[in-house]
Amino acid sequence: MAFAIPKENYAGKVREIVIGKGDKAVKIGGYDSMPLCTFEGTWPNKPVVAMEVYDVAPELNAQGWPPATFEAFKDVINDPGAWAKKCLEYGADLICVQLAGTDPNAQNKSAEEAIEVVKKVKEAVGDIPLIIWGSNNLEKDQEVLPAIMEAFPNENWLFGPAEEGNYKKITASAIGYGHLVAGKSSIDVNLAKQLNILIENLGLSLDKVVMDPTTASLGYGIEYTYSVMERISLAALAQNDDKMQNPFINDLAKEAWKTREAMLTVEEEPTYGEQNTRGILMESITAIDLIAAGSSILIMRNPTAVKVIKELINELYS
Amino acid sequence: MGLTGIQIFKLLPKKNCKECGQPTCLAFAMQLAQGKTELSKCPYVSDEAKAKLAEASEPPIRGVVIGTGDEQYKIGEELVLYRHDKTFFNPPLIGVLFKDTEDDATIDARLKNFNEVSFERVGYILKAHLAVVKNESGDAGKFTALLQKIKDNTKKPIMAMSDDVAALEQAAGILKGTKGVLYAATEENYEKLVDIAKANELSLVLKAPIEKVAELTPKIVEKGFKDIILDTEARDAKTMFQHNTFVRRLALKKKDKAYGFPTCNLIYEMTDDEIKEATIAALAIAKYGGIIVISDCKPEVILPLAIQRLNIYTDPQRPMVVEQGIYPINEPDENSPVIVTTNFALTYFIVAAAIEASRVPTWLVIMDVEGMSVLTAWSAGKFVADAIAPFIKKVGIADKIKHRKIIIPGYVAQISGELQEELGEDWEVVIGTREAADIPAFLKEYVAKNQ
Ligand code: B12
Ligand code: SF4
Repeated sequence: MAFAIPKENYAGKVREIVIGKGDKAVKIGGYDSMPLCTFEGTWPNKPVVAMEVYDVAPELNAQGWPPATFEAFKDVINDPGAWAKKCLEYGADLICVQLAGTDPNAQNKSAEEAIEVVKKVKEAVGDIPLIIWGSNNLEKDQEVLPAIMEAFPNENWLFGPAEEGNYKKITASAIGYGHLVAGKSSIDVNLAKQLNILIENLGLSLDKVVMDPTTASLGYGIEYTYSVMERISLAALAQNDDKMQNPFINDLAKEAWKTREAMLTVEEEPTYGEQNTRGILMESITAIDLIAAGSSILIMRNPTAVKVIKELINELYS
Repeated sequence: MGLTGIQIFKLLPKKNCKECGQPTCLAFAMQLAQGKTELSKCPYVSDEAKAKLAEASEPPIRGVVIGTGDEQYKIGEELVLYRHDKTFFNPPLIGVLFKDTEDDATIDARLKNFNEVSFERVGYILKAHLAVVKNESGDAGKFTALLQKIKDNTKKPIMAMSDDVAALEQAAGILKGTKGVLYAATEENYEKLVDIAKANELSLVLKAPIEKVAELTPKIVEKGFKDIILDTEARDAKTMFQHNTFVRRLALKKKDKAYGFPTCNLIYEMTDDEIKEATIAALAIAKYGGIIVISDCKPEVILPLAIQRLNIYTDPQRPMVVEQGIYPINEPDENSPVIVTTNFALTYFIVAAAIEASRVPTWLVIMDVEGMSVLTAWSAGKFVADAIAPFIKKVGIADKIKHRKIIIPGYVAQISGELQEELGEDWEVVIGTREAADIPAFLKEYVAKNQ
């Protein structure tokens, strides 16, 4: 008897989303099978990697970045434009401008300062589409993100995270200034769906929305993110729930690199072994889990982790 | 049991004699299907029916036991494709490669790591499990010498790997009594190897193209041997994912017994890059690997991989917990701040990591709320003022500090007034930040202010 591949039938399909415009626009989604199951569906677009550029320079060690990552960017950490270019050299598909410095609990940088940073990145990378990520402060994000949208109208960039507490202002500006929104809900299938519906009800087409189900790191809750993404994907594909058929974005580098496994030096924890490999693996394993769970956009940091993950994406989706 | 009541009923004698304690054969069949009675209660079932029922009650994926004593593990016996459907039960074994072409120093160093690298995390031990000894030299003498050396120097199980049946036969003699693994039977040599594995009570990897498995495993089972592990010859990440998925789906969804065995993934053959190797190994852990073999045993690689194994195999219905009590972080003293939170392992990890990152000496006080997050425990009425206050008094933190201030999670700010009342005048309740990410900044400011 000939071997028959045990295939699943899926009723639904995830929306194809375009970020940016022109030749350099990036497409995600558009798939109609569970992640990596290319043998039973079509995946017109592979997952993409967005590399981070921060609005404030990171520090080395202690509370900052471990050497593995710091070294890779040390020449450019005070120059967002040069930093973004470096990311492209490292193989980034898009650039994610992280506005951590706007957080009132951090440097409390103003919207104007954030606009300056974005401007420098844009000048450096031309038409490469940008993802603009807030500081996760509900109040501040709904002030800063709309200001940037207004300053760069109709670029069709992706802005996030928009949460239940601030999605209204962010979504309204995205509609007004021609951008996309990443809605963030907290590890719950129903909350993810509800946020999509709320955003759509405000008038933004779901063709302009991606979902952040709340991203946790390996060792710090990855299993929750992993399973909620599998459940949302099954709802979208197997049950054809059209309010959940949106691709995922995962802001993972921040989570992976703040773990004690990535941060502790060999002096602090000799039994943990060499620090660089350890940290890079915290990032790359978190990323491969998220790819297996259906991520379309991975926000990443370390060039070695990015290289390995890009290679694996190419192999897995070849 | 895989059969329905009606299917079982068809196999029963239909005498309705009530000797089983049920009014009719049909009632007995229904009880059996629900696992509420035992087949042995009916004295009249035929041997043929017994055999059929026994087979149907076997798990769809064979559980293979490897190793002995404290180092005994089971792989297989999985019931679902997605962990949220129930849970994954038997985590894969992390295997480490030892080649008989490597020099003594390399082998010794790796063996030391293999035995010693281990980490404790919420009561679980993270480590590598299986020594994979490979006859790379083609020389049976070298192979068995290395095998003997490793056997003499570890309590963990061993997988002996060779293309040479004679070498494997000798290896099996060495491994007898250890419940180790032989690698590998093939279409050409399986008859001989099954006999060897059986005689020495070892499990056996069948190395065959995925299409061939359906043909070969029934023949092996017919020989009275079931401890089979499948290597479908996937040698890249994509094929590995696909084959593991096919095997799992065939066993669970198509009820195809021929594929109802755990898998073996030789990750070290897929790349020479250390990071890529461990990343593919992590994918194998998430997607249905049974034995996962990597090339080395460095702590910086085993730690993240073993955490992956722990996370993916955590029961989604039963949160991991840490023990109630006082956890000193960054060497606190009598003036150090006190933080209170719940015993949900995730909450503990995130909060402890944030305190550690702050470098501020702190007492972390963990309260048993049956493993719920802060808000979940609060809504369940477990992390509330009249439970926290007596706990704080009982746990003994007052003996460790001169001040009487406790910091509570920002998400339960609403309980601060009542908690203050319950604790009494001596104590002061301080409301912390909501997110753990803001703890470092908060603690630094707090300490500066309270100096
Ligand atoms: C998973 C989950 C569950 C799981 C339980 C998992 C578990 N082990 O707790 C289950 C399904 C069982 C569950 C049940 C319930 N849940 Co529930 N659950 C959640 C969910 C989605 C995630 C919780 C989680 O894991 N958080 C992660 C951990 C790490 O967070 P954390 O403990 O709060 O810790 C963080 C901070 O508090 C801070 N922190 C912790 N300690 C400290 C200490 C200090 C000093 C500081 C400064 C900071 C700090 O650090 C951490 C990271 O930032 C939340 C939604 C959400 N996003 O919170 C709802 C949620 C907590 N649940 C909720 C509710 C109502 C319930 C139920 C009553 C019923 C229901 N609707 O499902 C039951 C109650 C359980 C019972 N037995 O009666 C509500 C609570 C509403 C409210 N505002 O009070 C929430 C918020 C969902 C919602 N929006 O409705 N839940
Ligand atoms: S003892 Fe056996 S034959 Fe008699 S009623 Fe029960 S099942 Fe039927």
